[in-house]
Amino acid sequence: MTETYIARSTAIAARMLGGEMMVMSAVDSTFFTLNEVATAIWQAADGRTPLSEIVVRDICNKFDVALEVAQRDAEQFVHELAQHGILLLSDHPFESAPVEAA
Amino acid sequence: MSESHEIAVDIGGMPILLRTRDDSFRQLLAERYAGFVGPSCSPRFALDVDLVTPSAEMEADEDVRVELRDGQWHLRRGDFRAQWDPQVGHGSIRQSPNPYSIDSVLRIVHTLILAQQGGFLLHAASAIRQGRAFVFSGVSGAGKTTISRLAPADAILLTDEVSYISRSGEGYRACGTPFAGELARAGENRSAPIATLFFLAQGPENKIEPLDAADAARCLLRNILFFAKDAELVKLVFRSACEFVDRVPVRRLTFVPDARVWELIQ
Repeated sequence: MTETYIARSTAIAARMLGGEMMVMSAVDSTFFTLNEVATAIWQAADGRTPLSEIVVRDICNKFDVALEVAQRDAEQFVHELAQHGILLLSDHPFESAPVEAA
Repeated sequence: MSESHEIAVDIGGMPILLRTRDDSFRQLLAERYAGFVGPSCSPRFALDVDLVTPSAEMEADEDVRVELRDGQWHLRRGDFRAQWDPQVGHGSIRQSPNPYSIDSVLRIVHTLILAQQGGFLLHAASAIRQGRAFVFSGVSGAGKTTISRLAPADAILLTDEVSYISRSGEGYRACGTPFAGELARAGENRSAPIATLFFLAQGPENKIEPLDAADAARCLLRNILFFAKDAELVKLVFRSACEFVDRVPVRRLTFVPDARVWELIQ
């Protein structure tokens, strides 16, 4: 199975506000409010850790959700954000230095 | 160019010197921005106005476009072409002799200046009461002009359409603007610290409800005047909106369109 690696785009603005992560695309001004699970994925998007590992480490270990469901939802989430240029996806680790924690 | 053809329009304590070769146009500006005309000796910013006869090139229905190229902002709409150098605070505008084009350019230039300072222009009415400013934001039809009309005699109306929000220490100030909506009346050239930002809705009763931070930021971003398709500017505006909702109470104000709503606002 091919791994997915995720990194946060630099063309975004993000901020935790009132316990919610708010992310805005600097390209098309699309605005997202991330829930707790999505925020965990977002914060773990360092470009080096496979999404499958993020799901186990940051979702299944912390939230009451089955691995299969978490994996499917995470895939859907990262692809949606990637469509807006907010997350970058790759099937191999990103070459540049890991993104700092959000 | 003689000084008699210059006029400094001072909005938010940020005077912009407008220079024109046409004294009658200067007079027109003096009337339009009465109350906001300051001394023209030392404004940091200046715009040269080149008046032209409307041409086919200047098609009236072209939407506004604001782009940064080679360090210069290029502003264009059907009725004007303008440039703005943010480094030196100087620009030029080519338009026909009408007050609406330069009004739009001033709004855009102020959004560009304010963005660098943590402020913004907001689709909002605002008024000062007992030394504190109250800001009423919403889309067209939400009630900005209505709540302005209903303001009691002791309220100082800053605008019924576009509020000038500037960063001031740990808080924010609302400043009067000459940008009028349906009220067709310029605001007072005054300012005060912002006590509350309300997002307006009309309903069967007057009530004030809290808004959580995320909703407040979302509503605020929807109502900030923003023209430029520029990634760095988007980041600045996003940061300003988040910092604003961190520091200023934001509420939803549902109101019946009668004067009793102002009993809640003090």
